[in-house]
Amino acid sequence: MSDAKQEWPLWEVFVRPKAGLDHKHCGSLHASDAKMAIQMAREVYTRRQEGTSVWVVRSSDITASDPADKDMYFDPMEDKVYRHPTFYELPDSVNHM
Amino acid sequence: MYTQAMDTGPKEERKAVRSAAEAELEARFESHIDEGDFIEAKDWMPEHYRKTLVRQISQHAHSEIVGMLPEGNWVTRAPTLKRKAILLAKIQDEGGHGLYLYAAAETLGTSRDQMIDALHSGRAKYSSIFNYPTLSWADIGVIGWLVDGAAIMNQVPLTRCSYAPYARAMVRICREESFHQRQGFDALNVMMREGTAAQKAMVQDAVDRWWWPSLMMFGPPDGESTHGAQSARWGIKRISNDDLRQKFVDATTDQAKVLGVTPPDPLLKWNDDRGHYDFGPIDWAEFWRVVGGHGPCNRERLDARIKAWDDGAWVRDAAMAYARKQTMKKEAA
Amino acid sequence: MNMAVVTETLQLRLTPPVRYVLRWADTALIHAQRLAEWCGHGPVLEEDIALTNMALDLVGQARGLLTLAGQLEAQGRATPFDEDALAFWRDERDYLNLTLVEQPMRRSSAHSPGGDFADTVLRNLLLASWFKQGWKGLLTSSDAELAAVAAKALKEARYHQQHAADWVVRLGDGSDESQQRMRAALLRAWPYTAEMFVDDAVDTAAAASGLGPARSALRAAWLAEVGQVLDEATLALPADPQSVSTGTQGVHSEHMGFILAEMQSLQRRFPGGVW
Repeated sequence: MSDAKQEWPLWEVFVRPKAGLDHKHCGSLHASDAKMAIQMAREVYTRRQEGTSVWVVRSSDITASDPADKDMYFDPMEDKVYRHPTFYELPDSVNHM
Repeated sequence: MYTQAMDTGPKEERKAVRSAAEAELEARFESHIDEGDFIEAKDWMPEHYRKTLVRQISQHAHSEIVGMLPEGNWVTRAPTLKRKAILLAKIQDEGGHGLYLYAAAETLGTSRDQMIDALHSGRAKYSSIFNYPTLSWADIGVIGWLVDGAAIMNQVPLTRCSYAPYARAMVRICREESFHQRQGFDALNVMMREGTAAQKAMVQDAVDRWWWPSLMMFGPPDGESTHGAQSARWGIKRISNDDLRQKFVDATTDQAKVLGVTPPDPLLKWNDDRGHYDFGPIDWAEFWRVVGGHGPCNRERLDARIKAWDDGAWVRDAAMAYARKQTMKKEAA
Repeated sequence: MNMAVVTETLQLRLTPPVRYVLRWADTALIHAQRLAEWCGHGPVLEEDIALTNMALDLVGQARGLLTLAGQLEAQGRATPFDEDALAFWRDERDYLNLTLVEQPMRRSSAHSPGGDFADTVLRNLLLASWFKQGWKGLLTSSDAELAAVAAKALKEARYHQQHAADWVVRLGDGSDESQQRMRAALLRAWPYTAEMFVDDAVDTAAAASGLGPARSALRAAWLAEVGQVLDEATLALPADPQSVSTGTQGVHSEHMGFILAEMQSLQRRFPGGVW
């Protein structure tokens, strides 16, 4: 079983299929850095169609607040897009302590 | 491509409700379901719902990934460049589908590594159809026709699953899936209409071997299934394996006639009273043997996946090492 | 146009223009064949998809080029050999790919240890950079179809090159293990790069007629690009090769026989088959 913090980080992918439209959330993927994330997003979510704009954001960097039932909102991780085992990695410089 | 019904999962749980607050949460959750509302990642959900979905979605993802292997087995031997290209595109799609599904599962609190670990250790299952070997090129066409055909039937209802990330992934998958079945049927049709006698014999032989396992993709008979009404309400599980299986037999028997192949079932016969094809008994002992790990290729498939993962460890670690170095450089700058 | 139905090894008139086109076609084809071995076995799912995508692009390039080669070969004859006749029915001596693309990438055989992912990303880099220079030169080919193939292929080669370069850097400058593997891969591959830039009569004729660039014309830009990537990857440029491999002459390494046996097996087993 590998260490959670060794896992490639998770990125959320947003694609704008053509000019004039909005970027739409498509899903996520794992990549070791932003450059790879963009390339992979193209391969997986756009099948490399040209003219599409791709945004990738580390899932843990997204601040979210969207539950319909605000009163029912108990989740302590309320500002993350969802609960994921790797969202609270230590900063890299601290990982090596 | 999807799986047989994964009815071998955890049984329905009816835990005692812990508190009034939780009871209220659950009541609200159920009323959302009743109203046909979607549940999103951050909404409150019963633990049983979450666990069932993690299991089902991840097993569906594993099936896509393992499913790349029997087809990958023939990609270097594809008989024409066009067929090679089509097969490469199909395998690529399957990888992509696995990825969409892992992504959906990760919204429920599991990670890719955890899911892969569950697969490799045998705790998680994948569709046992992929534990059969692809022994000829015609197998590739038959997989497209029958296995993808069954998968599509299993999958369409999931586009209405209450858990929205899964439903959205399924919409994307279903859109890409119809090409898979069509290309399989087309490959067989060309051989049956214009091919040599040897090619036709190859096709019939493939049908003989894949027919019954395809019917098993719909899971055990309804009387023996462990799914519950609650999972059906949640749109996670179907009500009836047998109904879908019958629908599949009806469609494919007619398609078999178009192809000019004979399903290996002497009892297959149109029943006017029922308005369906009667068909022969399925060998459920074989089904359970294969599901239980004793099919023709179970060990091979899993070993291939484990090896790919293990052999790739240095690659994944190196990529992280590089990323960390770059981050430290930036921070130091 | 009627295509010849083929049931036995082709007897071809390999004129210099045909040879020239086949070198591009076969290099793309055999490289795609090796990349396809990764299907379902990649180090991470996302990369599996990327490699398969790359193979798909290369098969597309091979198909366009083989079709063109068949037309060029048929001059005067009513029935050209189509892409499949050329892909599946030539004798080994008539395949004109770079020897580099025959080298193992993932699988081992009874006769040699396999390659690994380091070999794969490095080879992708070396080839994509080579193809990039080639396609650029072919944009102005005297053959309109070849120019059209080149225009589409150049976009793909740029993408492949970028992807491969990123990986070479990641692995070259990643962990100790990955750097060691990249160095080993570089030492294995480098001797085969000489063949990418050595001219013969086929190259001279192609350059003279405007069909396309001679291989020697590709070297400077290739070395600049590859050199920069290797530098960023903290990998030293190996010494110049001391010999030139001969795949482009039709004399291959021991791996080629196995590759062709596998690739051609179905067509040969079902002669006259329709697929």
